[in-house]
Amino acid sequence: MINNRVVITGIGVVAPNALGAVDFEVALKEGRSGIRFFEASQSLNFRCQIGGVPVITDDYKARYFDDYYQNKLENKAIIYACLAGLEAWENAGLGHHKDSIDFDSGMIMGSGALGMDSSNKAVFSKILEGNVKRLGSRAIPESMSSGGAAYLNQILGLGNRILSNSSACITGTESVLLGYEHLKSGKAKRMLCGSTEGDGVFIWGAFDAMRILTSDSNEDPINGSRPMCNSSVGFVPGGGSGAMVLETLESAQSRGAKIYAEILSANVNSGGLRDGGSMTAPNSNAVIRCIKNSLHEAKVPSDEIDLISGHLTGTKGDATEIKNWKKALGGTQDQFPLINTPKSMIGHCIAGAGSIELVATLLQMEKSFVHGNYNIKGIHPDITAEIPVSSIPVQTVYKEINTAIKANFGFGDLNCSIVLRKWQDG
Amino acid sequence: MDKNKIQEELKNIIAVYVPEKEILDNLTLEHDLINDLKINSAHIVDIVLDIEEKYDIMIEDDVIMQMGTIGQAIDIIHGKVLEK
Repeated sequence: MINNRVVITGIGVVAPNALGAVDFEVALKEGRSGIRFFEASQSLNFRCQIGGVPVITDDYKARYFDDYYQNKLENKAIIYACLAGLEAWENAGLGHHKDSIDFDSGMIMGSGALGMDSSNKAVFSKILEGNVKRLGSRAIPESMSSGGAAYLNQILGLGNRILSNSSACITGTESVLLGYEHLKSGKAKRMLCGSTEGDGVFIWGAFDAMRILTSDSNEDPINGSRPMCNSSVGFVPGGGSGAMVLETLESAQSRGAKIYAEILSANVNSGGLRDGGSMTAPNSNAVIRCIKNSLHEAKVPSDEIDLISGHLTGTKGDATEIKNWKKALGGTQDQFPLINTPKSMIGHCIAGAGSIELVATLLQMEKSFVHGNYNIKGIHPDITAEIPVSSIPVQTVYKEINTAIKANFGFGDLNCSIVLRKWQDG
Repeated sequence: MDKNKIQEELKNIIAVYVPEKEILDNLTLEHDLINDLKINSAHIVDIVLDIEEKYDIMIEDDVIMQMGTIGQAIDIIHGKVLEK
């Protein structure tokens, strides 16, 4: 049986608070907020009028795009995916040629509500106005869920498996799991993995209607996203994309690639929308099982974990999530690794969240730091009842991170957990 | 409307859809949009939409079929603008 070791050799990111991994590292360390007020949400009577939207400049696009992509692409989920994916590919030291196909490389680029990006308003309007004739050739690829992968691959020319998974908030972590399994079983040498989410009122509207978005911070956007805080009232919606090049260890070493980390394990499951699990809430037993399985497969005991990158959206679910982590890891109340999430800075980027947060985790492993959980006024008492306050840094801490675990939990009662180990040369 | 002006404007419209820009420097009336300029056939509909918007004209489906070369496209635009 083929059982390849799988490593990560390239990263790329488009986040609400930074473009590109180099700037994202700075943003994470300094606690830069990407949360802003949106007039469109206000004028349409949203309770939550803030969000995290990447600010894409023409100069940044010009670094990666030809004039067609630069001037014509409108769907932001696709633009984010292409920028993050091309950055990761370049960061891994990989090239592409317009006339050749690389059958050893594939892609998993997931998406959430790609067709609901604000750019598609024009498409809906033209159809409703009877102007279907005026829809251009981009209307299909810019609304299909696989649009990010399709536009990205038009540039890269990869010939192995090209897939766009869609699993709500675990989409990003699951994309890495799918690439990891594909490489592990020897079906490709490299997989570009990631996820993307656009933004705007069509994606955010129904979350607002469910009253799960922050509604108390329209005048103070940067303090709106407060994971683990006792005053949290909901999450702040965001968009963006993260991408990583996964590669068999053999392939990475044979071309002398820089290795960020090894993927020790990846586990995905569902709570079956039973036993406390529902469309919107996780079955805690399944969450615990998923985390435990990933640690078991990785052969990592709980006390070896240096960092947990949680899901932690800033809703009532945060305390439940901490309880689940605690049950999965075991130990007494004073034993718990450091835990964080970048959501205080970027909001919850929905399907983009997992991949952006994995890039954040890899940066922290590479550069030996743990960014703060900003915006916490006071830690929720149900959280301090489970774990020590010292496990929740509120400012950046400089510390070697050898082993990290990343999990996301999503609508539809889905869980995904990945264990990473920093690569030590030699 | 001057056909030379239309040619210059048409060149600007199609430029973004032409993968190899060098050919635009020596664009002739005989250049075929798909075979010579290597424009993806799916983009012909985009070029028609761009032309319709630029000149405020309507190009019917059967006329699109006749738009093979730069010269033919210019003639179609010129004729439609005169009809306005």
